[in-house]
Amino acid sequence: MSTSTAPLLDVRDLQVEFHTRDGVAKAVNGVSYTVDEGQTLAVLGESGSGKSVTAQAIMGILDTPPGKIAGGQVLFRGQDLLKLKEEQRRKIRGSEMAMIFQDALSSLNPVLSVGDQLAEMFTVHRGMSKKDARAKSIELMERVGIPGAKERVRQYPHQFSGGMRQRIMIAMALALEPALIIADEPTTALDVTVQAQVMDLLAGLQSELNMGLILITHDLGVVADVADRIAVMYAGRIVETSPVHDIYQAPAHPYTRGLLRSIPRLDQKGRELYAIKGLPPNLMNIPPGCAFNPRCPLAQDICRTDEPPLYKVSRERASACHFWQRTLEGEEAATDD
Amino acid sequence: MGRYVIRRLLQMIPVFFGATLLIFLMVNVMGDPIAGLCGQRQCDPATAAQLRKEFGLDKPVWQQYLTYMGHVFTGDFGTAFNGQPVTELMASAFPVTIRLTIVAICFEIIIGITLGVLTGLRRGRPIDTTILLLTLVVISVPTFVTGLLLQLLLGVEWGIIKPAVSPEAPFNELLIPGLVLASVSLAYVTRLTRTSIAENARSDYVRTAKAKGLPRRRVITRHLLRNSLIPVVTFIGTDIGALMGGAIVTERIFNIHGVGYQLYQGIVRQNTQTVVGFVTVLVLVFLLANLIVDLLYAVLDPRIRYA
Repeated sequence: MSTSTAPLLDVRDLQVEFHTRDGVAKAVNGVSYTVDEGQTLAVLGESGSGKSVTAQAIMGILDTPPGKIAGGQVLFRGQDLLKLKEEQRRKIRGSEMAMIFQDALSSLNPVLSVGDQLAEMFTVHRGMSKKDARAKSIELMERVGIPGAKERVRQYPHQFSGGMRQRIMIAMALALEPALIIADEPTTALDVTVQAQVMDLLAGLQSELNMGLILITHDLGVVADVADRIAVMYAGRIVETSPVHDIYQAPAHPYTRGLLRSIPRLDQKGRELYAIKGLPPNLMNIPPGCAFNPRCPLAQDICRTDEPPLYKVSRERASACHFWQRTLEGEEAATDD
Repeated sequence: MGRYVIRRLLQMIPVFFGATLLIFLMVNVMGDPIAGLCGQRQCDPATAAQLRKEFGLDKPVWQQYLTYMGHVFTGDFGTAFNGQPVTELMASAFPVTIRLTIVAICFEIIIGITLGVLTGLRRGRPIDTTILLLTLVVISVPTFVTGLLLQLLLGVEWGIIKPAVSPEAPFNELLIPGLVLASVSLAYVTRLTRTSIAENARSDYVRTAKAKGLPRRRVITRHLLRNSLIPVVTFIGTDIGALMGGAIVTERIFNIHGVGYQLYQGIVRQNTQTVVGFVTVLVLVFLLANLIVDLLYAVLDPRIRYA
């Protein structure tokens, strides 16, 4: 399988379940996506759609139990990570693929200085001396734009502002220049002005190091600027994948359409904001047929019985909707507005 | 930090006076100390009056307290009725009890924290349930039962230890008494560590540590354990004071001539000077232990800073 044309990351039919006292929650149901070097894939979806769980399964940091990978493959440079021993996976984590988390304050260890937490990457993975690792940490902090890095390296996470903390998270992920970065809502916890700075930094470093980036987000504004491709997730499945610009022009899935319509727009000031009706399904009890059918304005009988496959919309696009053509043409049920 | 320590030390002064006054009054209303001296018989009134005059017991209580405090500040904690200065009793009793407490604290730290980490990481598994059940048994059985049982089995029946500790009370003879003394706290330390570990194991920074590709051992010791130990340290710290004063039962069982033993003797013989002196020192130990815990807190958690 290991050919030179193989993508950096190739997730195939990944399935993740959570076994709880109340039953089995199917968090990820057959997700497939690929990321190439230097490419940014935005994974979009509301809370509970399985986007973070997919990422954790790729990284191998899923809590098992209650989590369980029920099937599929995670091919990284052609090698199935799910077949590796834990020790081999550990060595890949942090050095070849790294993750940036949403809330930097809780994701950084409160009782260790940021310098210690950064230096750990070099001492553990590269066997560097403490002194060299410290110098490297300062270098990293400067690289992600933290002023006074030499002094601040001794400080603790709570002594930094939100934006600076997220920069430290980014520095930590980039420390060993991994080939793949997974950023799980990296700007959600930040002020709007800081969001843009952090996103710019991340995008800049990504193109500089030619890394593959999986950007998990529900912020459509961020996506348009930095992503190459988009994968929209709903109830543990990918419902639409597309190059970024096509999707904004003409979504091929009613759920994507709903998401795009719920973005507040300046030219519609004063009008009530659009919201997709209903709630996402309970993952222990996903409705038969298309999981989105109870909320879909286009839903017909077939949607309640047959689960739609990922239909090929064009060479680079796919949609899991029986009526993708009608959606693409902009048709909506008359009752919707 | 320095100012904080000074403030805390100054706060100890009123606590010291309040505690001593309270103990002094309590001991004085216990009854006539002279009456106890003569055993079952009625004391000879002349002798009693003479003793009262000698020990200043004929004066009002507030005057007795002032005289006593005056003596305390010159390092004189008074004299027990057998003629031995209380300071002499302290000098022999405290080292013994301190040794016993050290043994007990070591058990709490080594066994308690180890079991706590073990169960916290394996929540719901058989080993967790078993240890949890055992801690429950230890907590519910009174110390004198565990103490007497171990003394009978290990000391009398199987002859592994000496049933009674020699007056010098060296460390090796204090192992089993220390374990008995520590048992209940040890169970609490286990449970406290378990909860703390289980809670923090799900935290975001532990997930980050895993995502960084750190070995499991390092994730646990460097990231998980240090955060989880903060409440445990608090408990162990305050327990130092409790163990030193609370060793009465254990010291009685194993015939250890420590603080608990002397306090017991003092109470039974209505020996005011001994009781007040020992309790006063225990109050100070308790306050100091608490101060050290608070300072340790800031060392373990950099988010806490004292100004």
